Amino acid sequence: MYAYDELDRTLINERVSEFRDQVKRRLSGELTEDEFKILRLQNGVYLQLHAYMFRVAIPYGTLSSKQLRRFAHVARRYDRGYGHFTTRQNIQFNWIKLAELPDALADLAEVGIHAMQTSGNNMRNVTSDQWAGVAPGEIEDPRIWSELIRQHTTLHPEFSFLPRKFKIAITASEHDRAAIKIHDIGLRLHKNADGETGFEVLVGGGLGRTPFIAKTIKPFVHGRDVLSYIEAILRVYNQYGRRDNIYKARIKILVHELGIEKFAKEVDEEWKQMGDSELRLDHAAIEEVRSRFSYPPYEKLPHMPDELKQAAHDPLFERWRKNSVAPHKVQGYSIVTLSLKPVGGPPGDATAEQMDALADLADKYSFGEIRVGHEQNLALPHVAKRDLPALFKALDRLGLATPNVNLVTDIIACPGLDYCSLANARSIPIAQELTRRFANHDTADLIGRLHINISGCINACGHHHVGHIGILGVEKNGEEFYQITIGGRADENAQMGTLIGPAVPYAEVADVIEDIVEAYLALRDRPEELFVDTVKRLGVEPFRERVYATR
Amino acid sequence: MPLVKQGRLTTDLFVHVAEGAELPGDGAVLVTAERFLADPEALLRRSGKLGVIWPNNRNVDDLVPYLDRLASIALVFPTFRDGRAYSQARLLRERHGYDGELRATGQILRDQFVFMTRAGFDAFEVKKDADAAAFAETMKRYSVFYQPTGDGRVTALNRRMQLRHSESASQ
Ligand code: HEM
Ligand code: SF4
Repeated sequence: MYAYDELDRTLINERVSEFRDQVKRRLSGELTEDEFKILRLQNGVYLQLHAYMFRVAIPYGTLSSKQLRRFAHVARRYDRGYGHFTTRQNIQFNWIKLAELPDALADLAEVGIHAMQTSGNNMRNVTSDQWAGVAPGEIEDPRIWSELIRQHTTLHPEFSFLPRKFKIAITASEHDRAAIKIHDIGLRLHKNADGETGFEVLVGGGLGRTPFIAKTIKPFVHGRDVLSYIEAILRVYNQYGRRDNIYKARIKILVHELGIEKFAKEVDEEWKQMGDSELRLDHAAIEEVRSRFSYPPYEKLPHMPDELKQAAHDPLFERWRKNSVAPHKVQGYSIVTLSLKPVGGPPGDATAEQMDALADLADKYSFGEIRVGHEQNLALPHVAKRDLPALFKALDRLGLATPNVNLVTDIIACPGLDYCSLANARSIPIAQELTRRFANHDTADLIGRLHINISGCINACGHHHVGHIGILGVEKNGEEFYQITIGGRADENAQMGTLIGPAVPYAEVADVIEDIVEAYLALRDRPEELFVDTVKRLGVEPFRERVYATR
Repeated sequence: MPLVKQGRLTTDLFVHVAEGAELPGDGAVLVTAERFLADPEALLRRSGKLGVIWPNNRNVDDLVPYLDRLASIALVFPTFRDGRAYSQARLLRERHGYDGELRATGQILRDQFVFMTRAGFDAFEVKKDADAAAFAETMKRYSVFYQPTGDGRVTALNRRMQLRHSESASQ
């Protein structure tokens, strides 16, 4: 965990007072709605179909039990008793009253939580691998760098009014769990030939109306120079990014229009001119931030404790363990993913009761720490293996032990027409229906890893382009229709999915997905061949045939 | 429009001269970039202070040869959402060493004062009287800053390191 010091605390309190003043000026009419809109967006407040939505940052997905309890409190006191975890390590509350927002923020600030730059055209919450610091084989903990960048990008005096929003993600593992290739800047931590730590820097990824996979702009930027290099990219973008058309304003369009070589040259020139600026991080500065991350006092524990051997006879436990428990870098410990995708439930929602109970479990079994991943699931990052059977029972009681992590029912979905004023179509009910169709865990296990992503419109909040199966809501003659893509992925081999054919009406979506899955089961050459690999091998044609032959 | 300069409400001595309008014989003027670039030397010879209103889509490099003779540069925020002039301001101050008046014009609200000051602005044509009156108070909103800029405010990281040094020295 990163521990806030007096300076971090002061800053977020100052931000709360500023926002309180802005709300007061809005309520008194001193600020017009137009003026206020930009100010509230800088602090995570959207106006939705029914109410204000409030998005709160969980930087690089790390939470303490105390912070999670505070989310439960906000959900209960200011909202309708639940919160929604998003794909970018944020939590959203959907029903907050404007006049109460400053108080909710102040309550969160007490535990070091803020909503700065969770929306608006600025540098958004820096995201990272939800297994950072515990994944075996990691280069080093990417959260040190995430925190350095978080601080640097917070209330930045030059880059708080960019052409469009700007998202940075960092990974330090070979397997990319942070989806860095669909970010404005993706950073991959690695070591150069001299064993020094630095970053491969990617730029210009993003989904939405014109999706792009990020391109490498520099294969190695030394860690000490990462802030100045990011600053150079932003300075070029701030000056030359398009502001005439919001659909063309993301950095991906600038990179595309200039071409990556020309863009890289502009950035390099700016970077050279910046020279040896104060942005260079010396060793002491990096160590200063590193020193404020604390790690649990792990015990020396056996690889295979008796508790685990005994529990192996319980098939329900075994099914859950195989699905949701992953290896930890310390022997005797595991990383446990908690599915927020119960059968029939809206993906990513957690009730105040669940949050409180989970905070207690984190205290008991995970050194008080919780993680949030971009798949809209949570994780307990340091569970002793001997505690797994007891934890399973407790999670099961809370409805947080659905053994569907990475399976067909582990669906990522945006709020869609149920909440969102931009939506063409509903997302959540489609996800709910699909979880019912594939409710049988044996079937889901048989199908194996398969990511379904749903967005209610082209803004792509549900990342449909990079779903193994992507579902996009469109509107046809006032009715909800859905375009279906297959073969997308968001990991180190990120790629956009391919459209399989004409859009289908709401009522048919679940049938079509079932057809696609059945086709895959028939076509895969062995059970280990994942859905995406079958699509890669055979292309979309056999799937298209199967779906449209009878329609 | 109220002008805040060096932290205080001030009378604006500069006259904005629109493109094509006749130039007054003396007195301080702010002219458009077009007019300035058409004949900079003639304008600079004129008695009375000269300032330029520089649009936010024009490279500030073009101003560099004249920086030590300009009394004011006014950068433009057509709406406060458009943040290009923050980069121009930092480049003028921090890269090109401009030390004359740097003025923010356009849609200027109190909510940008801290950002603008940190980027190097020292004069503000503020839209609303209430915001102009609240300048000093608004500048006190923040006492912690994460990024180094040319304004000399000590960053959080530097304060932490200083604290460490003094702690280890007193041990
Ligand atoms: C309910 C209110 C929401 C509204 C009005 C909204 C609006 C938008 C808009 C307009 C964009 C496109 C911006 C652009 O590409 O420049 C966008 C992108 C995005 N949204 Fe949302 N969103 C909402 C909720 C969510 C939720 C709940 C999530 C997570 C589950 C989410 C995740 C994202 C992500 C990850 C992107 C970026 C996609 C990309 O890479 O282009 N949003 N959102
Ligand atoms: S994808 Fe569209 S419908 Fe879904 S939340 Fe984003 S803006 Fe709303």
